Amino acid sequence: MSSKGEILKRIKLNQPDLVSELPNLNLLGSEQFDVLETYKTVLKGIGGDPVEVANYDEIINYIKSNYNLEKRLITTLPELSEIASLDWKTVDPHSLQDVELTVIKAHFGVAENSGLWVTDDILGQRVAPFIAQYLAIIVHKKDLVPTMQQAYQRIGNMEYGFGTFIAGPSKTADIEQSLVLGAHGARGLIVFLLD
Amino acid sequence: MSSEKTIPHSEAAAKFNKDVERVNWHDETLWFVRAKRDKSAHQIEDWELLRETASQIKFNVLSNIHDYLVEFEANAQRNGIIVHWAADAKEHNEIVHSIMAKHDVKQMVKSKSMLTEECHLNDYLAEKGIEVIDSDLGEYIVQLRKEPPSHIVLPAIHLKKEDVSETFHEHLGTEKGNFNPQYLTESARQSLRNTFLTRKVALTGVNFAVAETGEFVVCTNEGNADMGAHLADVHIACMGFEKLIPKREHLGVFLRLLARSATGQPITTFSSHFKKPRDGKEMHIVIVDNGRSTQLGREDFRNSLKCIRCGACMNTCPVYRRSGGHSYHNAVAGPIGSILAPNLDMSKNADLPFASTLCGSCTNVCPVKIDIHDQLYKWRQVLVKEGHTPKAKTIAMKTMATVLANPTVFNIAGKSGRFVMKNIPGMVNNKMNKWYDQREMPDVPEESFREWYKKNSRESKAKRDEQ
Ligand code: SF4
Repeated sequence: MSSKGEILKRIKLNQPDLVSELPNLNLLGSEQFDVLETYKTVLKGIGGDPVEVANYDEIINYIKSNYNLEKRLITTLPELSEIASLDWKTVDPHSLQDVELTVIKAHFGVAENSGLWVTDDILGQRVAPFIAQYLAIIVHKKDLVPTMQQAYQRIGNMEYGFGTFIAGPSKTADIEQSLVLGAHGARGLIVFLLD
Repeated sequence: MSSEKTIPHSEAAAKFNKDVERVNWHDETLWFVRAKRDKSAHQIEDWELLRETASQIKFNVLSNIHDYLVEFEANAQRNGIIVHWAADAKEHNEIVHSIMAKHDVKQMVKSKSMLTEECHLNDYLAEKGIEVIDSDLGEYIVQLRKEPPSHIVLPAIHLKKEDVSETFHEHLGTEKGNFNPQYLTESARQSLRNTFLTRKVALTGVNFAVAETGEFVVCTNEGNADMGAHLADVHIACMGFEKLIPKREHLGVFLRLLARSATGQPITTFSSHFKKPRDGKEMHIVIVDNGRSTQLGREDFRNSLKCIRCGACMNTCPVYRRSGGHSYHNAVAGPIGSILAPNLDMSKNADLPFASTLCGSCTNVCPVKIDIHDQLYKWRQVLVKEGHTPKAKTIAMKTMATVLANPTVFNIAGKSGRFVMKNIPGMVNNKMNKWYDQREMPDVPEESFREWYKKNSRESKAKRDEQ
């Protein structure tokens, strides 16, 4: 039953004799641009909404005036307990199917593609940012890096079980290349850029 | 599917070409994607450096793949992932089925994976009484229509919204004649949401697997891989062994290139890194060979294993755009598919390397710098030599080889060719001449380039001497 040995043997036999060296990555990611402005422009370009805020109160006010608080709102941030529940982290993930809005925080964001890096220690549940109808992610402006080069330097050998870059709302263009937001995941993404 | 007789690319393309309007539309749609790729690439100052770096990383992978695989397996196991090895498509399908059987589950939700297309997993599982639902919208559409995807990134690119509307009306009960993509997508969302919420097993592909950390990355725009994997008890990820990269930091290079090359997006919406299963849940990885180690041993073609499946070579290919993905009768269509396919089955896929103008556009856009058009050219020679091409083509190619290899013969052949075309045109402008089939024959020049060059170089030399 062991195909492993067979496969590895064939690979060893067939791979090139001469070993190619790994390239130097430090030559990359030296592009100069305004990180915050680029972040906002790119995010808008892919269907997300950047909102600059000074503090959590502004976030609470924004959510109060833009979302229906009667519906199920969840968050991992105690600062937002006034508007969203915190007690869902250990429930069956399927029970999150009726969530209207998930609010989480990102470790950092990437200007060149507006991606936000989140891992399961700040997600609450892995499915939380995907299953909600809408998603809001908070990131500190000081935590924006220019390119993916700096992003992976920052991730380094961070430990996680799951991590993902989220760039904009879920989308598809599978029907005649017409862009539609809200394929399976969130229909909209607000990024709160915190001072 | 595999038992059906394959229709040669040129015949299938000829059929596709009958609907001129649709061909033009197909051509333009893909060119639109190609143009987005260009715009996106030009915005990155480091683009060429990125391509070169990615190419070098992949060369390193090819020359170390044995050790990286061993390293990857050990790290993945340490993370709590169960690793399987499959020598071929059959074994891959058996492994997936055995995991389903172990859990006594008869339904699966799948996220896009070209490898499972390559292995015909859906057919296999259907025979075993297992229902598979493809959750990527494009894949879902073609699955309902019982067609294979026609493009590795845009599976339903050959369909118009009218077609999708018809299909959804039939299968999902949507309003007849409602062509609105927003409406159609919403219907699929509702239907698939229920699927995600009820499946115990989710299968995904793998875009990159990292040797250093034992994690793997799956990129989607829709979030379907994540919806499936995070709700299921068992996550099965299937990968060809060439998906390996050495270190986590190399992801920075590939994630910058992948989506920009594919659709012109700066990155896919979700780039998910799976390192450990959720508490109490299972995560499996199936590492598949299925001919890849053979390709690794073919010096001229091993570089095709650098491919990151962005689809850029298809979007730019004038032949793909005007012949449609299905004409390639292979899971991976277009230029790169035409290199990979003969490795899987030389006689069945001998026509594919000829489905190219060798214009080199594919090579120019490839983010990992695969010498695609050179490899297509090399495959032609291998296939002719091994007798896998149709008789007429074999004779024509062999004659051409003799003529091109011998200056005197070339000279005489040119002269007599020009004489024949000018004086007895019926001899070339006929059905026997495959070249004339699709084209007007050119006007015959009075003299050959060689004759012109000889005369002119003599004249200009004389002129120079005068001065
Ligand atoms: S061969 Fe190159 S361009 Fe074509 S799909 Fe692969 S990586 Fe993309």
